[in-house]
Amino acid sequence: MIRSEILKEIAPILRDQLVVCNIGIPSQELHAIDDQPSNFYMLGTMGLASSIGLGLALAQPKPVIVIDGDGSILTNMGTLPTIANNVADNYILMIIDNGSYGSTGDQPTYAGRKTSLAKVAEACGCENVIECRDVDTGEVLQKALDSGKMHVLVVKCDSGNAKNPVITMDPVVIRDRFMKAVQA
Amino acid sequence: MNIDKKIADDLVANDISFVTTVPCKQLAGVIEEIDQRDDIFHIPSNKEDEGMGLCAGAWMGGKRPAIIMQNTAIGVTLNTLATLIQYYRMPLPMLISYRGELREPVACQVEMAVHTKALLAQLNIPTYHFHWQKDVEELDNILKYTFMCNKPVAILTDANFWGGYGDQ
Repeated sequence: MIRSEILKEIAPILRDQLVVCNIGIPSQELHAIDDQPSNFYMLGTMGLASSIGLGLALAQPKPVIVIDGDGSILTNMGTLPTIANNVADNYILMIIDNGSYGSTGDQPTYAGRKTSLAKVAEACGCENVIECRDVDTGEVLQKALDSGKMHVLVVKCDSGNAKNPVITMDPVVIRDRFMKAVQA
Repeated sequence: MNIDKKIADDLVANDISFVTTVPCKQLAGVIEEIDQRDDIFHIPSNKEDEGMGLCAGAWMGGKRPAIIMQNTAIGVTLNTLATLIQYYRMPLPMLISYRGELREPVACQVEMAVHTKALLAQLNIPTYHFHWQKDVEELDNILKYTFMCNKPVAILTDANFWGGYGDQ
């Protein structure tokens, strides 16, 4: 499965949750599959989805799901110790690990070669780190939500992108409707 | 006057309850003070752009954030300031140790100091420079201004403000 197929499958789970989505094609795909006010689309700033999601989870009680990528985690690797040492049990970091920088032309990442992000997360002190197959994503994500414990999920999947238009919504509109969804 | 306590008091008085820090020797006292306050959640960052991401999330979650860092971090965070904090119009007080200014003992710090105000001006970031201890009296107004206009705002605090560096 490629990322967009996974997002389609888990869209019913994501719909009722606060979702912080990674820059570029992941956000375009989620926006095209099931746009919701409770989705925060990153339009820039590669690497910070996991940090934005952690700040959000620490600030309020609703569950937060971060849809991140292996390339973005590698860009902001310092995020994993911060996550591990500031446990928020309403926080799920889901790393779609397709071993490539999808938004820039599927150049390979080191996570697709020798580097295991699940092992890195564990070494950083993260608990409840689960590496899973693409076909199991929905089940694993639902279990993580139901557990009420912080999780780091590493979803191993194929490289590839769906073709979708860029998001033209104004960033302040994205942010404003998201904040209203947080408060609702 | 205890500057560290005064700064923490002003943060609390302005309902700032989520503070991320990247350390600096000059800021050690204020970071320690913040760490001890029950009404502030202190979350150290590994890098300043990561810290700004945390602050952006906390603010969308209903908490008023602040970041404490060195001026070298302006070089690290230009993209984050432009494409996250400013683009989505978020407030962010940045209490910045202004290394490389008067009474600085480390020459390399001057190399970023000479660019600091120019970079902040290029980004249209409101910038205040605390040089004398009494300048801290403006902090309360600066914090109110930041959350009034939803912008990142820089508060540069130099070695003279902190009572010197290395010779204190």
